[in-house]
Amino acid sequence: MAILVDENTKLVVQGITGRDGFFHTVQMMEYGTAVVAGVTPGKGGQAFEGPGGERVPIFNSMDEAVSETGANTSAVYVPPAFAASAVEEAADAGVSLIVAITEGVPVQDMARAHAFARDHGARVLGPNCPGVISPGKAKVGIIPGNIVTPGPVGVISRSGTLTYEAVIHLTNAGIGQTTCVGIGGDPLIGTNFVDALEAFAGDAETEAIVMIGEIGGTDEQEAAQWVSEHLKIPVVGFIAGQTAPPGRRMGHAGAIVSGSSGTAEEKMKTFEENGIAVAERPADIVDLIQGALFV
Amino acid sequence: MNIHEYQAKEILRANGIPVPPGEVATTPEEAVALAEKYGGTVVVKAQVHSGGRGKAGGVKLATTTAEVREHAEKILGMTISGLKVEKILITPAEDIDTEAYVGILIDRGSQAATFIVSAEGGIDIEEVAHTDPDAIRKLTVDSHYGLMGHQAYWLANSLYGEPGLVKQAAKIIRQLYDAFTSSGASMIEINPLITTRSGEVKAIDAKMSIDDSELFRHPELVGYRDLSAEPAAETKAREAALSYVKLDGNVGCCVNGAGLAMATMDLVKYYGGEPANFLDIGGSSNPEKVVSALEIITSDSNVKVILFNIFGGITRGDDVARGIVEATRRIDIEVPIVIRLTGTNEKEGLDILGEAGLSAFSSMDEVVERAVEIVNAG
Repeated sequence: MAILVDENTKLVVQGITGRDGFFHTVQMMEYGTAVVAGVTPGKGGQAFEGPGGERVPIFNSMDEAVSETGANTSAVYVPPAFAASAVEEAADAGVSLIVAITEGVPVQDMARAHAFARDHGARVLGPNCPGVISPGKAKVGIIPGNIVTPGPVGVISRSGTLTYEAVIHLTNAGIGQTTCVGIGGDPLIGTNFVDALEAFAGDAETEAIVMIGEIGGTDEQEAAQWVSEHLKIPVVGFIAGQTAPPGRRMGHAGAIVSGSSGTAEEKMKTFEENGIAVAERPADIVDLIQGALFV
Repeated sequence: MNIHEYQAKEILRANGIPVPPGEVATTPEEAVALAEKYGGTVVVKAQVHSGGRGKAGGVKLATTTAEVREHAEKILGMTISGLKVEKILITPAEDIDTEAYVGILIDRGSQAATFIVSAEGGIDIEEVAHTDPDAIRKLTVDSHYGLMGHQAYWLANSLYGEPGLVKQAAKIIRQLYDAFTSSGASMIEINPLITTRSGEVKAIDAKMSIDDSELFRHPELVGYRDLSAEPAAETKAREAALSYVKLDGNVGCCVNGAGLAMATMDLVKYYGGEPANFLDIGGSSNPEKVVSALEIITSDSNVKVILFNIFGGITRGDDVARGIVEATRRIDIEVPIVIRLTGTNEKEGLDILGEAGLSAFSSMDEVVERAVEIVNAG
């Protein structure tokens, strides 16, 4: 099993003809994801040629794309000014998972898009996230396919390349993953740590979870509380930003320590208090997971 | 993007909120001229992106022109939280009866605009939240409906008992919501919102942040950015679309991805070094971006070693390698460079580095240990 995406995923790519949309659609198809449609307004009727010569139909709207192809998942690669609208259009068209890769989406736009998606029963992942990959099954987003391998560990992270760093350590040590989920570095994200943990808790094949957090907000603290109250499987945590100064935004719009709230120290302490083993370095995640899996 | 009090007040005024007049001076002479224009007692207020201006001596009452000059001379050029005061706001003093707090921000938990108001204004609201949480009223605005009239009254009712004051405050709260949504703000704080002895409600201090991602929609606000309030290197980084934050250490860091960049800084510390900066070159980086990044890092004279940590995803290893080689040709880099390069197009990247006589590590721990060793050796 896996969470969010698997062999049943039928993907529509919003912004398929753009620079990033084009590049990553090829990558996703090479990985084996079923890309069934693309949407670019004004380019309806054209086709996208996949790496194996497949022809993916392009539609003007999400409504047409979903009703014609039965797509159940969308990936959003459209520019920031239009990304929230693309999320809303996807929710309206009836897909159940919307993976928003775009970085720099206005926060007030996303407040409306998140509310709209909730009301339409769609799950949003991101924005400003690397997406999700279930090794050997499907990938939606930009996580490199060659660093993952199937296995029993679920990975949840706010970051992109730091996720790769953690996952490559696991893969090199022979520890595979059920699904790796990048939840995104923005202040308002559709799927938070608790949501992702809940999904993993319902997956019989996930035997342990790695949670990679960072400074800013209280999502990790709430997740730690949830873990101690509800989760039966072990969790290993890592928090980036111990050396980050307060009040400064560290790249990610959501990565900022406000006053004394949202520090790495506070998050690591809450992890430990709730039975989550804290890795000091990304490399230490492997030992802690091995300890948790093979006791 | 944080903006200054006088700029925030311009936005509030444009939305109809009663704000006393005020203008900015950059010299004592200008300050005196403004004070004479307003007449009576004025307040001289330092314009810096920092709280605690009053405690730092950056806010002073002046009853005579001699006092205006004296305070202006003292405050202009003073340093508050490491920031030099370049501008002062001159504004008539108000006859204050009570002080309240009205703020609005995007709350991460409810994912919506949220008001926080308190009859206890003029002080740090986080402190009030801590010591007397009952003194605070909170309202999350449902984005389906926007702020409704009765909600504005519900908030205003917690500030005042007198119906005339409640009515004025409710109107200000609605105008504040309009200001918030129309300017793409992430936070606006009126602290204090005062009542005068003659029964008027006014905003006499304001703090505001604009969501950087909204700026493309608000070209009129882009000019509000105060370049003197940020180090030159950070301005250059922003223009090159890099995220850079200067720190006090000597290990210059150049990383792709914000999370990995923070983890790299932390690992420098773990191995006994101190990071000189946070720097994220972002995704799909072209060689030019790497050149800019190296120029920015080397402009910090504390830097004794430059550490690259690149995990190719969208970022391609060969692009970064080309950038490093190009930069070493164009700029005179006097400190050693250590590189970790893995992921997308790793082999091509390593070949490019190899031809230029550079080598790379494959693990993050190795490269960080090496960087710290170099710094500690020399």
